[in-house]
Parts: sequence; structure tokens; C-alpha cells
Amino acid sequence: MTDFLLELRSEEIPARMQDKAREDLARLFAAELDKAGLKAAEIVTYATPRRLALIARDLPAQTQAVSEELKGPPADAPDAAVEGFLRKAGLTRDALETREVKGRATLFAVIDKPGRATAEVLAEAIPAIIRAFPWPKSMRWGDASISTESPRWVRPLQGIIALFGDDVVPCAVAGVESGAATVGHRFHHPGVITIGSASDYVEKLRACHVIVDQNERRATIALGAKLAANMAGLTLIEDEGLVSENAGLTEWPVPLLGRFDEAFLDVPPEVIQLTARVNQKYFVCRDAGGKLANAFICTANIDAADGGERIVEGNRKVLAARLSDARFFYETDLKVLLADQAKKLEKIVFHEKLGTVADKVDRVAKLARWLAEEGIVKGADPDLAERAARLAKADLVTGMVGEFPELQGLMGGYYAAAQGEAAQVAEAIRDHYKPVGQGDDVPTAPVTVAVSLADKLDTLFSFFAWGLLPTGSKDPFALRRAALGVIQVLERTGSRLPFKAALELHGWQAVYQRVFDDHAYQQDFLHHYFSSEQLEEERFSDWFERSEDGLWTFARSEAGGRLSQILLDFFADRLKVQQREAGVRHDLIDAVFALGGEDDLVRLLARVKALQSFVGTEDGANLLAGYKRAANILKKEGYDTSATSVIPAQAGIHGAASAGGEMGSGPRGNDDAVDEPTAYDPDLAEAALVGALDVAEPAAREAIARQDFEAAMAALASLRAPIDSFFDQVTVNDADPDKRAGRLALLARVRAAVHGVADFSRIEG
Amino acid sequence: MNATSTDAPLSFQDMILRLHSYWGARGCAILQPYDMRMGAGTFHPATTLRALGPDPWNAAFVQPSRRPTDGRYGENPNRLQHYYQYQVILKPSPPDLQELYLGSLAAIGIDFTRHDIRFVEDDWESPTLGAWGLGWEVWCDGMEVTQFTYFQQMGGFDCKPVAGELTYGLERLAMYIQNVDNVYDLRFNDAGVSYGDVFLENERQMSTWNFEVADTDTLFDLFRKAAAECENCLAAKLPIPAYEQAIEASHIFNLLNARGVISVAERQAYIGRVRDLAKGACTAYMEKNAEGWKARFANWSAA
Repeated sequence: MTDFLLELRSEEIPARMQDKAREDLARLFAAELDKAGLKAAEIVTYATPRRLALIARDLPAQTQAVSEELKGPPADAPDAAVEGFLRKAGLTRDALETREVKGRATLFAVIDKPGRATAEVLAEAIPAIIRAFPWPKSMRWGDASISTESPRWVRPLQGIIALFGDDVVPCAVAGVESGAATVGHRFHHPGVITIGSASDYVEKLRACHVIVDQNERRATIALGAKLAANMAGLTLIEDEGLVSENAGLTEWPVPLLGRFDEAFLDVPPEVIQLTARVNQKYFVCRDAGGKLANAFICTANIDAADGGERIVEGNRKVLAARLSDARFFYETDLKVLLADQAKKLEKIVFHEKLGTVADKVDRVAKLARWLAEEGIVKGADPDLAERAARLAKADLVTGMVGEFPELQGLMGGYYAAAQGEAAQVAEAIRDHYKPVGQGDDVPTAPVTVAVSLADKLDTLFSFFAWGLLPTGSKDPFALRRAALGVIQVLERTGSRLPFKAALELHGWQAVYQRVFDDHAYQQDFLHHYFSSEQLEEERFSDWFERSEDGLWTFARSEAGGRLSQILLDFFADRLKVQQREAGVRHDLIDAVFALGGEDDLVRLLARVKALQSFVGTEDGANLLAGYKRAANILKKEGYDTSATSVIPAQAGIHGAASAGGEMGSGPRGNDDAVDEPTAYDPDLAEAALVGALDVAEPAAREAIARQDFEAAMAALASLRAPIDSFFDQVTVNDADPDKRAGRLALLARVRAAVHGVADFSRIEG
Repeated sequence: MNATSTDAPLSFQDMILRLHSYWGARGCAILQPYDMRMGAGTFHPATTLRALGPDPWNAAFVQPSRRPTDGRYGENPNRLQHYYQYQVILKPSPPDLQELYLGSLAAIGIDFTRHDIRFVEDDWESPTLGAWGLGWEVWCDGMEVTQFTYFQQMGGFDCKPVAGELTYGLERLAMYIQNVDNVYDLRFNDAGVSYGDVFLENERQMSTWNFEVADTDTLFDLFRKAAAECENCLAAKLPIPAYEQAIEASHIFNLLNARGVISVAERQAYIGRVRDLAKGACTAYMEKNAEGWKARFANWSAA
């Protein structure tokens, strides 16, 4: 068994592509081996800026010999058929065998494929891998690029090592011939190195200042940066992304700490950190007090002759230039009031269908004010909420955010505070984008909550009104994230948002606008509102005047009806995804959502949670079992499900007046109709269940009304024993039609009582 | 003939002379700056137009580059609205281009045992030239000193063959070599002239003009006229004058941008207009040369 080494050396491979390239190399190589029936015991890959390498262990010298058998035409088939078969098999007539198949002499070709030298397989595999390599971006170069057919690689390919054992696997790609030679570190060891085999590759390169293993370089950087910080009495702000990136930029990483002018600490620390990280790939540190220190750690690719003194000095200057630019932006931005900046938003398109950012700001400001005024966000001052919303997007046109878009919100917060806006307003501007995803902080300050909700809701209402919904994995406007953000904020703050009302008051505007801007939609609306004859009238161009009231009504009913249903379904889906992590069962969310009529997510969630703890108890599990049994019987008997599931708890044996017919002849309860006699004497267990329902139904109803879901569940729990006894002792399908009808009605009443709390039919198990 | 890095750091002009002699010795035609205002050396016809077609082409030159929005009234130690790029174009790209480039850094006094040179991914794209390429920004101790690009497309045409383009930021490199923190403190020569002596007042006045004074109606008019003249040249099948007008329009657009009179929405339209002009010039250049190329490169095709 023999090891194989492949090194594809090129000019510098972008850091961000190296991990994926290693995976692709291993995958493509394994596939090539597989085609030849080979499999390596292990495939190891390495990447540095200048090389992509692979070691495959324990390959046999030869592939297995295989014998392939092809069935041909009958022996007495016409010559043409036989000749065709011979061509296919690549044999002559006398090489064929004749065998009996179902009593007929049939021709067979037996093709023996001898084993091939593995080296030969590898020699073919290497060019194939290079040609098929899926770099995110690749290029042509050099003399060969006079044709567009010339080979492509991520950057010019310079060398190939292909060693099977100690032997070179000869091949040539892109004008590069394989061999055993490579080069060491670009400056420490620029000369040629000859590699003996896979076994000395890593160590020979190390001797020439190349750490081939990316994980080792990462560890070196992570540890080196930490030590450098500690030696300076500081704490490194760890950053795995930076560790990887620097490992992808170096073959011999050397972290070095430098200091920058303390005066730059006037610039917000987030700005310093971002400048250092994004532009220069530096780590930063905290001082003993936890504040950002005036230090940076760069990762050099060389053991400098002077210990790195000049490298640090050079890097310090670059950072100083960057920071003075940042300070220039900061100071320039500070001079313009956010309210003045906000005017420039009129020139920025938010979305081609949805107007400018200024239009959005206007909608958000009204919505934020409404959320505060209606007390939906408790404790938010409506004036401050509106003010914050009007300024929240102004930093988008500042120099700093132009330079670093990731600082949106944050910079607005700094500028607002410096320009004398109320602290709550500045805070709301800063945090209104939050939460961005599951792990992010959820705002709780009332003014911030109002703006955060209003911003996200406006985005959702607007895009939904235009039917611009996420599909599959595509969510270009981050609507799922916006909905998740709304859920997180509502849940965290316990804010009670009536979705439908919000949509009717705010979302309708987008529908209204769409009628003007979207021709097809306009036709829908017109046909909805006018007859075909009216539409075909010659002078119908004044449709707007004729239909203004109608349009207004149409938009509101669209928003309140169809749109609100789509949105609520969307929220239900987001809620399921979000709550899955918290261990909430999606079927329980469905069970609660299925009741309909509830658009308050906080209340829905409280109900789901109460339901989850209830079905986890013994009472809950048994009640569920009893419910399912009852529901099954009703289903089997064709008992009118639509009526019973909609008619609330007083249906069934209470509900003679409303239900009528068969149900009307059943036994009655004793709360509102005691004087009416039953048609038969109920069994003990039957009477007990009636009694239990008489107590549980109103108790559950009242508990639901005061949003005490635990109490509602407790009320349901009291039904468990009577239901069990009922099923133990009573025959539903009695010969007496009165009894049978009465008992079915009783089961329907049980089902209805349960449905008053949640749709148990949606619950799994 | 090259001085070693132990010599006193080169003055600004000596650094240019050293680069000229380095690249001249390696077969480059040493050209003089193009006599038009442009945003980068890449706009020089010796780069843009010569990147098209199959003919080999090796040239090096200094190109003054104007970026009106980068003006800081002479108050920022690093930012200028007028600065110099040193541009090398080698077509087809030679196999040892990185080594050649590093040799040029050594020639101007950079010591690789004390400095950290890195090739950091930076793909180049010029929407106004319909061009892109792959390459790096070259870092010296964390500072970007050169843009290193393998052109893949120019004017919407595949580069056949690919040219290697090196663009050195001369002021940055000089600040680095001379170890000064302020561009105006650079020694321009060894006879007491500083960069500030030559350019500080220029930066003050030009920043004021770029940002505050330039008459925007005139600029809009100039833009329209340059675009029209470009079309006029294209109609006459004259790609080089057409390209000059495209460069002119591009610079006027940059001035309008600095004056803050182009809205975000309009911006894209202007860039698109300039791109169409530049592409039109490139297409005309391809057409004009098609016959000659065909005669000399039998199997070559533009597509």
C-alpha cells in the first residue's frame, strides 16, 4: 500500500476560498478514485495562500481486474445484428462465447479488464480534477490565454507535485508539468525544494518556513495574539473569523502588537474595531477596565530580522491613516443635524415598488406613534417614538455609514446623542434594527420597541401587500428575519399587538398604492368593483373618481382580510421555527392557531405553552386519549363535525334551541333547562360526565376570557376521570336510538368543550 | 546599476526614475503621462485600448490621477484629489510576473527581511470601462502599495491574451520608503524641494474648485458635449478620439459627483452612459484592427 501526495502550487489563493477548496479537492479526488474502483484509507488536505495539497493514504499499486459480460443476439441472428454487437463489445466473432438462454443459443462477449497501475489512474485524475475544479471565480493567464479555451485556475498555476510513493506521477496541465519540486516561504526560503514522498512533505516545508497545516497556523495565530495582548497587560478580543482569515494570508504567521495614538479613542470604539478588522485584519484588545485599548495586533507573514519593529511601525501608520479618515467622517457627520440628513432620504429608493426611504420613514413614524398612543407598547411616549422613527434612517446618508454600512443605527445613535436628542430617542435609533437574528439582543426600552416593531411591520406589510413573499431559500428582503424580530420583541416585552388592526390602519396604504402602480392588480380591483359593462364604457378613464371610496374600502378589506391571513400564516410558520429551539411543539402551535380569531401572538404563545405543559401531564395525556376516542366515534358516525367544532361549548346537550333535530331530542343539562325531562334515564357515568361538563365548560370559558390558560387547562383536566369512566361503563352505540343520539351529543359536547381551548385534533400522539 | 537598500531612501523623483530604469530594462516602452484628466492609470489608452487584441504590449508610465471627491483641501496627510500612479502593463502576462514585481520593490529600496509583503485578494472591476480582472492588493506592512491585476475583460471583450497590470501608488510608496507621515513632507528631489512645495497649494485650490466653485451647469453641458462628440467620433470610425471623449465624460461625471448634484438614482444612469461610450470606443477599436490582427494571428478571434 502506497501514499500519494498532490500539491497544486499557485499564486496567492484568496483566504476566504481555501477551506472550500480543500473540501472540493478531497471530494473530486475521491470521485476519481472511485471511478477506477479505488479507495484511499484516508484523505488529508492542506491549504496555504500558495498551495493546495492532498495526501491519500494506502492506495494499492494496481486497480482490481474486472471481468464484464455482455449478452448479445441469438447465435442465428442476422449478420448485421451480430456485427453491431461486435462493434459494441470491441471483439471479433471468434472471441464470442455461445450459451443456451431459454433453450436458444445466444452469443456472449466476455471482456476482461485487467487491473491498471494506480499511477496511471492518478495521472489521468489530476488534469481532470484541475479542469473540473469549482472555484467561485477563476481566471486565464499567460501565453495560453490568447485562446479563451486556455486552462483556468483561481490564480496562475505554477507547479504540481504528484508523488505516488517516491515516484513522480507524470502529467501536464496548463503548461505545468508534474514533478517533485516546490518552493518554500516566499522570502525566507524562495529556492526550490525537492519532496521525497508524502511522508516528508509537511516537515520539509516546515523547515523552509511554511506551515502547511491550516489548523496549526490558526492555533499559532490565536495563541500568539493572546500572548501578545497579555504581555501588554491587555485582553485580546477574540475573533475566530480573523484567525482564519489571517491563517489564509500567511504561511509563517507571526502576530505582533502595536499601539495607536490614544487620541483616536474619541472615535466610537465600534468604528475603531471595524476599521481595524475589516480594512486591516487586525485584532483589538480591551484594557483592564474593559474598554477598548489603543492597541492592535497584526499578523505578519515573516520572522523579521529586526523582530518586527518596522513592520509594527508601518502598520501603525496605516491604521492611523484609517482612523484619521474615520475621525474625519465622524466629525463631518456630527456637524449635520440628523433631521437635515433625513431629508436626503427622499433621494434614496427603498424598493422600486415601495418608494423612497423617506416614504418608508414616514410610514414607520406614523406606525410607531400609533403603537405608543394605543398603549400597545407600554410606556412609550408617542412624541419620542415618532421623533426616533423620523431620525432612525438618517445615518444611512452619513459618511461613516457610507464607508461602513454595518454601522447603521449605531452611528445614528451616536450622532443623535451628540446633537442633543433625548436619550431614549438616541437609544431607539441605535437599536431599532435589533434583533437581527436569533442570538441578537432584543430591545426592551419602550421607545426603541415602538420603532423596532414599526420598522419591521412596515417592511412586512409593504412587501406582503405587493405579494413579494419569500420563496424557498430566497428571502431577498429578509422578511423572515423581520417577522422573527417582531415575534422576539413581542414575546420579550409582552406587548399585545392586534395584527389585524395594525394592518387595517397601516398596511392598507400599500395595497392602495399598488392599485395605481401595478396594472394587473388594478384590473383585479376594477373587476372587483365594477361590472364588465361599466369597464367597457368608452369614457371610463375617470375610474379613480368613480371608485375612490371603493378603492379605500377595497384596500382596507384586502389588508384586513386576505393579507392579514397570509401574514398570520407566515407568522405561525416563523413562530414554529423560532419556538422549536425553545422546545415548543409545532403541532401545539397549530392546535392553538387553528382556533382562528386570535391575532395576538403573546396570547397565542401563552396558550401554546400552557397547552404543552398540560399535555405533558398524565391528566393531559389521558384527556387527549379520551378526546381522540370521542372524536373518532363522532367521525365514524358521521356526526356533523363542522357544526360541532364551530358551535362553542353550549352546543350538544345544552343546545337544543340552536342545534335542533337529532340533538334536540337528547338529554339536557341542568343549568339553563332543568325543567325539561330527558328522554331516558342516563347511566351513572353518563350523568357524571354531564355534571363535570356543566362545571368545566363555563370554568374553561371564563378562564380563557381572562387569559388564564393554566386555569382553562385545569378545568379541562377535571373532565379526564368522568370521560374515562364514561368510556369504561357506557355503550355509545346503544340499541335505543334516543340513548345513542344522546350519547353522541354528549361526546360532541366534550369535543366542543375541548375545542374551546385548543384544536386537539391537530395534536400529534 | 541598481542601488541597494542600504543607500539613503530615494526621493520621489528618483523612485520614479528607478522604476523607469527597472521596467525599461525589462522590455517595457517607457511612456509619458497621457495629457488628459483621468481617474486612474487604467484609463490611459496604453492600458485600456492596448489590452484589447492579440498583439504583445509591454509599457510603463506615470499617470497623474484625479479623484475630485478625495480632495481634503491639503489638510489630510494621506488624501489627495491629484496624485500619481505608476502603471506597468505586460501582455501576455509573463509567468514570473510576481517575481518581476517584487524585484521592482527591491529596486526602490524595500528590504524583504524587515518588511511584510502580502498579496491580499482584491478583484478589480471598472463599471465605467466594462472591465474586470482578478488579482490582489499588495500590502507592505499592512499598507496597500500596489494593485496587481490579471485583466480578464476590457470594454466587454475577453482579453486574449490576458495582460498583467501593476498600479503602484507612488505617494504611498514614497511615504513608506522615506518614512514620513505626511505626504506633503515627502522629499520630491534631493535638492530641497518637498511634495508640499509642488502640490500643497494645488490641492487647496483644486479642492475648493472641485467641491464648491465648479459651475455645475457648465459641467452638465460639458458632459453632454463630450458624450455627443464621442458619438460623433464613433460614427466616423475613429476609436482613439472617441475613447478620449469617453475619458473626458468620465472625469466630468466625477466632478459633478464631487459637487453633490447627482442623485443616487441618476448616478447609475451616468455610469451606464460612460460605460456605453467606453465600450463603444473599445468595439470600434476592435473593428478597426480586426483585419490587421487576422493577417498576423491566423487563429485568433475576438469572441
